[in-house]
Amino acid sequence: MSIIISNISKSYKKVNALKNISFDVKSGELFGLIGPDGAGKTTLFRILTTLLIANEGSAKVADFDVVSEYKSIRKSVGYMPGKFSLYQDLTVEENLEFFATIFGTTIDENYDLIKDIYVQIEPFKNRRAGKLSGGMKQKLALCCALIHKPKVLFLDEPTTGVDPVSRKEFWEMLKRLQQKGITILVSTPYMDEAALCDRIALIQDGEILEIDTPQAIVKHYPKQIYNVKANKMYQLINALNDYKYNHSVYPFGEFVHYTDSRMDFNSKDLEVYLESKNLSSIEIEETKPTIEDTFMELAK
Amino acid sequence: MLPIIFVLPLLQLVILSNAATFEVKNIKFGYIDNDHTSTSRDLVEKFNASTYFNVLTNFSSEALASAAMLNGEVDVVLQIPQYFERDLQKEKHNSLGVSINAIDGAAAGVENVYVTQIVQGFNQNIKVDVLQVSDKQMQAIRIETIPLFWYNKTLNYKTFMVPGILVLLVTMITLFLSGMNIVREKEIGTLEQINVTPIKKSQFIIGKLFPFWLIGMGLLTVGLLLAKLIFNVPMIGSLPLMYFYTSIYILVILGIGLFISNFTDTQQQAMFIAWFFTVIFILMSGLFTPIESMPKWAQTITEFNPIKYFVQVMRMVMLKGSDINDILPQLLKTAFYAFIMNGLAVWSYKKTN
Repeated sequence: MSIIISNISKSYKKVNALKNISFDVKSGELFGLIGPDGAGKTTLFRILTTLLIANEGSAKVADFDVVSEYKSIRKSVGYMPGKFSLYQDLTVEENLEFFATIFGTTIDENYDLIKDIYVQIEPFKNRRAGKLSGGMKQKLALCCALIHKPKVLFLDEPTTGVDPVSRKEFWEMLKRLQQKGITILVSTPYMDEAALCDRIALIQDGEILEIDTPQAIVKHYPKQIYNVKANKMYQLINALNDYKYNHSVYPFGEFVHYTDSRMDFNSKDLEVYLESKNLSSIEIEETKPTIEDTFMELAK
Repeated sequence: MLPIIFVLPLLQLVILSNAATFEVKNIKFGYIDNDHTSTSRDLVEKFNASTYFNVLTNFSSEALASAAMLNGEVDVVLQIPQYFERDLQKEKHNSLGVSINAIDGAAAGVENVYVTQIVQGFNQNIKVDVLQVSDKQMQAIRIETIPLFWYNKTLNYKTFMVPGILVLLVTMITLFLSGMNIVREKEIGTLEQINVTPIKKSQFIIGKLFPFWLIGMGLLTVGLLLAKLIFNVPMIGSLPLMYFYTSIYILVILGIGLFISNFTDTQQQAMFIAWFFTVIFILMSGLFTPIESMPKWAQTITEFNPIKYFVQVMRMVMLKGSDINDILPQLLKTAFYAFIMNGLAVWSYKKTN
């Protein structure tokens, strides 16, 4: 096991940020922590990277206890905070060199690990870190977190505020790092990225809702979901919300994801009801639940 | 940033040293002459001849003089009574009325001394003029004091102020820069990244101290050069001793700065606290007001004021040529202070919270 978390609780004054959290991450796993803002993801990261001390419970990272063996953990983990936190007035190369030196290593020593990523920012190596674009900053931060060849990599919302193309590239990089045997714990508020992880934990209000593979989590969804579409979206949502048999109504792209509370649901009934509400060109069809649907259902 | 760090303080040194003077000049002087005799005119002429007084107006009445004082048009009003000359000759003594604007207490004190000096000088002359030869033996024996000002013979205030202001600059710059430093890293988030690295607390603090220590020593060098070149301040003592003391002194200030930095979350808070302490330290340092004239409790507080020791040492070494034995008490206290403050800075810097 690479990360073992048992019964961790943490509260800031009146807010309970984490409530009795327990889960394990296997060696070489790409584990996703999925949850909305304020769910407690960053708090958990800070505890695991020895920046915070939990009120209760214990945790081990790479077989080291986060409280008693924090010095060993700092040598063997890489942490990329959610906020860009490299020295903005140092150049790309200087930043990398600085972090290599602090970890008592050199760029050359672990160059093969960061090579794939570093070649992409190498053309800008004399540019100050503060002047890089968002995607470039993320790549540099990842390089700096990897420079000492960590056993476990913590990435706190690495793709927040990054464009879709860079996001995709970033996840491809993570996959490659995983193949090199690095355990990765990544948090994200984006549900679509969850499907790219080996296992995910859904977290909300400091509590773990569910832990499983993305495929299995979707299978746990208890109901049949219908895509509903009509000519007027807003009125459609209002009408569905007013429908007395509804179980859940969420807008999802061009459709509304609808579930019914009855076991013997017939889409004809719904169509008749919607037509009575002056909606036209109504489409109702069955669809498969996504992680987002599952999350919304669990978080209800 | 580096040019700002050096240029602004040196501008301050040049401006402050020329401006922050205890001499009171260009005193706005008015008088009410109720006598209109040659003696009264002589007296006014004495004031006119003095470089300290600008003789402005002859007020015709006391009411007018008071009004002018209220408007801030005059600072000192001399009232010469009627029959001044006649009474002086007849009764051998007389009184003058002097009103001084004492909104600025320090200036009023100085003005009082000037007025007294001029009137005394006038007194001496008048005795010769009005007293009869036969009165000679009636003259009281007078004791005259002839002061000698050691270490600053001409009481040149620049000689006295420049070392002090230099102290101020070295202190302010190093305190503010170091006070802002760690807290700035907190604000931009780099501290979080540093905290997950295996770097040791003491290594980190030393890494933070050293650049500012160098800047402080650089400031001292440039400041001393300017003191010599522009103000021609005498430097009797040994330069290496000054540098040696300053190198320890800066450690105290940096320790205080880092300590502040560790306990604050934003640069604004750090700035506020740094200012709070600088103002207290400066005003209680003996730079502008002598420590000996402070109340007992305040004198006790100044024992904890590092600037006090620095001001004392700089003045002692520069103007008096004190050697290491003379400044040993200050040196030991400062070294002890440096040890405590930096110990606290390392201790209070927490990588985990």
